[in-house]
Amino acid sequence: MPFEVLVALRFLREGKIQTILILSGIGVGVAVIVFLSALIGGLQESLIERTLGTQAHIVVRAPEDLVRPVTESSPGLAVAPRVERPAQRLRSIVGWPQTLELLLTLPRVRAASPTVAGAAFALRGLANRSVALRGIEPSSFRRIIDMGPRMTAGEFRVDATNAVIGVELAADLGVSVGDKVRLETPAGRSEVFLVAGVFDVGNKDLNARWVFVSLRAAQTLLDLAGGISTIELKVAEIFDAERVAEEIVARTGLQADSWMKLNQQLLTGLRSQSASSWMIQFFVVVAVALGIASVLVVSVVQKSREIGILKAMGTRTVQVVRIFLVQGAVLGLGGSLLGSALGAGLSFFFASLARNPDGTATFPVNLTPALFLGAAAIATVTGLLAAVAPAERAASLDPGDVIRYG
Amino acid sequence: MAEPLVVLEGVTKSFGTEVVTEILHGIDLEVLPSEFTALVGPSGSGKSTLLNLLGLLDRPTSGRILLAGRDTTGLTDDERSAVRGRSLGFVFQFHHLLPEFTALENVMMPMLAARGREEKGMRERALSLLEEIGLADRALYKATKLSGGQQQRVAVARALVLEPPLVLADEPTGNLDTESGKQVFELLRKVSTEHRTAFLVVTHDERIAARCDRILTMVDGRIRSDERNARA
Ligand SMILES: Nc1ncnc2c1ncn2[C@@H]1O[C@H](COP(=O)(O)OP(=O)(O)O)[C@@H](O)[C@H]1O
Ligand SMILES: [Mg+2]
Repeated sequence: MPFEVLVALRFLREGKIQTILILSGIGVGVAVIVFLSALIGGLQESLIERTLGTQAHIVVRAPEDLVRPVTESSPGLAVAPRVERPAQRLRSIVGWPQTLELLLTLPRVRAASPTVAGAAFALRGLANRSVALRGIEPSSFRRIIDMGPRMTAGEFRVDATNAVIGVELAADLGVSVGDKVRLETPAGRSEVFLVAGVFDVGNKDLNARWVFVSLRAAQTLLDLAGGISTIELKVAEIFDAERVAEEIVARTGLQADSWMKLNQQLLTGLRSQSASSWMIQFFVVVAVALGIASVLVVSVVQKSREIGILKAMGTRTVQVVRIFLVQGAVLGLGGSLLGSALGAGLSFFFASLARNPDGTATFPVNLTPALFLGAAAIATVTGLLAAVAPAERAASLDPGDVIRYG
Repeated sequence: MAEPLVVLEGVTKSFGTEVVTEILHGIDLEVLPSEFTALVGPSGSGKSTLLNLLGLLDRPTSGRILLAGRDTTGLTDDERSAVRGRSLGFVFQFHHLLPEFTALENVMMPMLAARGREEKGMRERALSLLEEIGLADRALYKATKLSGGQQQRVAVARALVLEPPLVLADEPTGNLDTESGKQVFELLRKVSTEHRTAFLVVTHDERIAARCDRILTMVDGRIRSDERNARA
């Protein structure tokens, strides 16, 4: 064992009460950090999970029709006094198979699925509901939103004239699996479908509006023969979505909207949550640092004789500095081990208090090895930095004074 | 005649910044190898101050201190520490040992500091020194569990562990009862002879002084007399 470590550990061991007190202090601080991170991390993860469970990360569609106002009068052309946006009609992505292939070659894109989306009415007897028609290709769509586990009745089958609707819509129309439903578009095209399955995605609005049919059926209904209106994407890293979307816009000239853009509020919420959590953690770290520093400053005063003796015996200044830095680091590391255990216990306890009726945790606490390693690293570095001033003080002690005044 | 271990040339020492008081006035001194010297004088005459200068624990206000023929004036603190570790041993009146460590660890400490970690043979060397001072059975005792005399004997072993040519002792028996004091002094004399180590011992005890090779008497920051004992 290096000389400095030997002396540092012995100083700590012999300063029993002081060491125990400061270790507890650091432990409580680290426990707060671990607990808070686990809690906020778990909350955010489940929020994101809930949001992205029913959403593609990026939706690519044809660019909107642009209005090209005539700004200069030229012979035979009148200048429009007012520019109005044209009504947006459903447009196909030109050359979409190539686009799809291109998107799939992007390194950060994990899955892509062509879809046709448009407005329609669902009719059954006298009941009539406005719905969002989604024509999909089941094999690739499964990798965007996995509907399998969200089925409450029947199965997710959208081939031929099979359709899958939400529980809310099924109730509104009074239909169940095996019943027929007519879908009609505002343009007047209509078709009868068989309800093959009923889903529940945990969102009342989507349960009332989404109707899944095959790509081909949607193309026919929406008069988009052979075309598709959107390509839905999943990326490897969800927070990369906006950057990937920008890249897609730049490379294809198409419109690409990331979940981050479509869920600004959620994102802002997550960010301010993170910010306040960082803030609390920062002050905890500061408090821990001050605690370590003050204990070491006191220890330098208490140990000034010992430091003098060590110096008289040939201990170099840098060795004295290291003795105190090691003490700071050991306190930080030891406290963080204690705090990690405490924080983990606290997290599990808290999670066990808030349970759903079915016994699962209301929100998961997110205890990852990275969290513990991070806490240990932060506490150790904090300890090390907090020890710098006391260490320099110890190093500057004059051995002559110490000897003379005993 | 052998080359002196330490030479002081016109060394003065002053304290204070506002009111400057000169405590040592132009000291010239040579310490020879294997010589056992007593430093006596009234309290406040500057003995400890002189010892601190000799031990490179403090710097003179003016004059030069040569250690093994080498001027120590320009040395940095770390260089002085290194020289101290190599060439000097200390035995102090107060706080003899590091209370956190055992007797054995205290004796090993100068070796650990010099080499940076425990190496082969260090433990054996420290043990054999403890044997020599008659405390081998106390090797694993905490320093604080030893009597004053025992602590001081361990301090002697510690001072000798790196085989320095010179050991400085500031009233090593001052805090001990007569019997322990005598034991410690006997030990100093014995190891001085056996290890061929020079000692400079500050003492108030006339009988102790009388048994040294050389007696330096300080009064008011000056060396009043420097006598060699005919018997030794
Ligand atoms: N750091 C210091 N600052 C001011 N005066 C000092 C200091 N150290 C020693 N002195 C003074 O120097 C004189 C000699 O002290 P010291 O060397 O301890 O004497 P001794 O060891 O012979 O009793 C005393 O008057 C003491 O007060
Ligand atoms: Mg003195």
